[in-house]
Amino acid sequence: MKFRPVLFLAILMMLAATPLAAQDNVITLVAYDSFNISEDVLAQFTEETGINVEILRAGDTGLMVNQAVLTTGNPLGDVMFGIDNTFLTRALEADVFLPYESSLLSTVPETFVLDGEYRVTPVDFGDVCLNYDISYFEDAGLALPETLADLTKPEYSGLLVTPSPALSSPGLAFLAATVAVFGDADDNDGYTYLDYWQELVANDVFISEGWTDAYYGQFSGSAGSEGNRPLVVSYASSPPAEVYYAEDPEAPAPTAAITAPDTCFRQIEFAGILNGTDNVEGAQQFIDFLLSLPFQEDMPLNMFVFPVNSEAALPDVFVEYASIPEQPVSIDADEIDANRDRWIQEWTETTLR
Amino acid sequence: MDRNNPAISANSRTALRWLIYLAPLVFLLLFFLFPLARIMVYSLAPEGALDLSGFAQILTSPYYLEIIGFTIVQAFISTALTLILALPCAYVFTRYKFPGKSLLLTLSTLPFVLPPVVVAAAFIALLGERGLVNDALTGLFGFSQPPLQLEQTLTLVFIAHTFYNYPVALRIITAYWANQNEHIEQSARVLGAHGWRLWWNVRLPMLRPALTAAALLVFIFCFTSFGIMLILGGQRYATIEVEIYRQAIGVFNLQAAAALSLLQIGFMLVLMFVYTRLQRRNAANTELKSAITVSHHPRGWREKSFVALNLLIMVSLLFIPLMALVVRAITFGGNGISFRYFEMLTTNPRGSVLFTAPINAIGNSLIFASLTAILALILGLIATWMINDKRTRFAAWLDPLLMLPLATSAVTLGFGYILALGQPPLNIRSSLALIWFAHTLVALPFVVRSALPAYGALPANVRESASVLGASPIQRFLKIDLPLMRRAIIVGITFAFTVSIGEFGASLFIARPESTTMPIVIYRLLGQPGAANYGQALAMSTLLLLVCAAALVIIGRFRTPGTAEF
Repeated sequence: MKFRPVLFLAILMMLAATPLAAQDNVITLVAYDSFNISEDVLAQFTEETGINVEILRAGDTGLMVNQAVLTTGNPLGDVMFGIDNTFLTRALEADVFLPYESSLLSTVPETFVLDGEYRVTPVDFGDVCLNYDISYFEDAGLALPETLADLTKPEYSGLLVTPSPALSSPGLAFLAATVAVFGDADDNDGYTYLDYWQELVANDVFISEGWTDAYYGQFSGSAGSEGNRPLVVSYASSPPAEVYYAEDPEAPAPTAAITAPDTCFRQIEFAGILNGTDNVEGAQQFIDFLLSLPFQEDMPLNMFVFPVNSEAALPDVFVEYASIPEQPVSIDADEIDANRDRWIQEWTETTLR
Repeated sequence: MDRNNPAISANSRTALRWLIYLAPLVFLLLFFLFPLARIMVYSLAPEGALDLSGFAQILTSPYYLEIIGFTIVQAFISTALTLILALPCAYVFTRYKFPGKSLLLTLSTLPFVLPPVVVAAAFIALLGERGLVNDALTGLFGFSQPPLQLEQTLTLVFIAHTFYNYPVALRIITAYWANQNEHIEQSARVLGAHGWRLWWNVRLPMLRPALTAAALLVFIFCFTSFGIMLILGGQRYATIEVEIYRQAIGVFNLQAAAALSLLQIGFMLVLMFVYTRLQRRNAANTELKSAITVSHHPRGWREKSFVALNLLIMVSLLFIPLMALVVRAITFGGNGISFRYFEMLTTNPRGSVLFTAPINAIGNSLIFASLTAILALILGLIATWMINDKRTRFAAWLDPLLMLPLATSAVTLGFGYILALGQPPLNIRSSLALIWFAHTLVALPFVVRSALPAYGALPANVRESASVLGASPIQRFLKIDLPLMRRAIIVGITFAFTVSIGEFGASLFIARPESTTMPIVIYRLLGQPGAANYGQALAMSTLLLLVCAAALVIIGRFRTPGTAEF
């Protein structure tokens, strides 16, 4: 009998933890782990449309997309946000999304619209670029690398850390960039990306498990880092984040991105209405909201990405510290998806084993 | 009335017994076997026909065979290292009294709650190229290069595996040993056994049930090592578990992932079979003793230095990395000691919808962990009872079955959940209850592994006397078995609680913002650049440690109702 209070407490706690009963007009947004939005912006959407938004976080991009493929027709929610161009074909081939052409697409440059059937809508973009530790390069009097090929030169030996392409999305983006620049191995008998990676390994590149370990564990530029490598594969928006989250906002930026031609890879992130939703209309309204100015202008400081809406104003810290590469490497989403598995396998066998 | 009619009474008792037995079986069926079967069918028979080419591909490829071989070898080495270090320390905790003993034993479980990414950060802060140890050595001896070059080596993996698993071995062995009858050892001494012969011929055989139980758990953990292997071992080393994740997420080759998962499960089944045979051959020949009078203060310099040496090893292995973490949390960013990152945790400058105040994250973690511990304890004790019930033939397969979730890749099971649990009547794949059930599934083996050796060693005569005197099986269970098994049960609860609060595969399951726990906050913070995020992640890790330390102390003080300390 003495166990009673415990059980009672347990039941109470369960009740407290149970989500509220479903409201009339609710849509569920499935998003990757780093999704974020300001309360007032979301509240404004609910006020204007009467739609309540529930947010489900479904792991990183790869995990989220694979879950969506597994649950096609019986989805976990109504709208998905965060699928990028490296995973796009996988989802489109599995019929994960329903087509919808938002009227707000008129504000979006056409280069961002990758699916002619409008099954996904571009929402933001970010460039995977080399970041460097400003003070290291100043102190050493070393010139910055200007091409990816420069990274194999002796003066940059032991300086670079990159997240692994096998398990991280910036890592995969960097691998795709090297394929675009140096050529694929299957149609090329000359110098290929695999030769490039062998040279990188010979030049003592450090391959980290994920972005977090690369950026915080190995890179020397991030504030408070224990790392000792002054070059890292990260985002062009990482330097403004360093300033925004700095101890002293007045201090100069500790890091900057290299945006030389053919060194960056552009990731475009999309949203789509999940096939099997029972609230198509609500889902369409939410897609419109994702392209609208309130969300597009709220997004940069919440997720450190750039808005696709050309009318959206950038926050000051982005204007001052972020740079957008003029000429990112160009490689098709289809080509990435068709070859990703082979590239990862070849890369793994070349660099790791 | 029933008492007057033995036949009815026996029938209704059998029915009741089966009703109770059904609980763990139904649980395993719904939340393990069914989802696992769904994902296996989906992956291996996508068109309806079974396609086993994935297995052929794996078993003929040097690439995969190397991964399988490496997985087994590293697990053996890690297990051996853990047991070699933990056994003498378990002896110290059993035989000697010293100040702070029970607190030290309680807190020794702490490493278990930290997410691997945090542990990795702590070890790199300590042993990395620019870590504290290298700094100190360089300062003392003026090396031109850091003397310790451990990053991305197997040495660091083994140290971290030992750090994680030492508590498991220490606590399981100590809990069992403390209740062992001392007379056997005394007789052996009288007969002239000393030194290593005493260890080899008396203590080790006596401890075999606990040693094998601990070895099994540690082995499974290292066998399925994921985060530690990825971060500390670098990309050169991959366990089967890492490769499953790579195949399932990176490459989306579900066939290879499913085949690897089945191989992993198959290997564990063989291991469990061998283990169960070993345990049965060694059927408990020692009895639990209620009075604990065997520990004493260390006497003489040899005993004192033995105790001191073991405690020194334990403290350096377990607590120095934890201290390094705490120190970093309050000194991060320079400017001496400061708690500003703790304060920052409580603010939401961007008004984010997904912001979770630390107090809520702590609350959510505690709720999940408590519910998990309660459910795992109930189901685990019923399972223990079933396995020992001579009238059923459960032991042979229920015990291995209960262990399997530990050896099942989290991503495989996670995919199974969203496939299997997404239709009415069981549409719970995005509900909070699923997180609870998934945690319980992983916590169950700890309760069972702790309870089984103790249950097997319950004194038969006392239990029989109780039955003869008219106690029902349930009465006997509550009044005799439970109190006698108290230590083992507390160890089981402790691990169930810590497994949950450390949040296994935190990011692999669908998460609702309202259920954000401490490890999820840490992962989120570490996913963004900027000093403030990193500092807050360190602060949250420190809070996780403190909350767990408090919870462990409280659990350690539980008393079984109706009994005093025995």
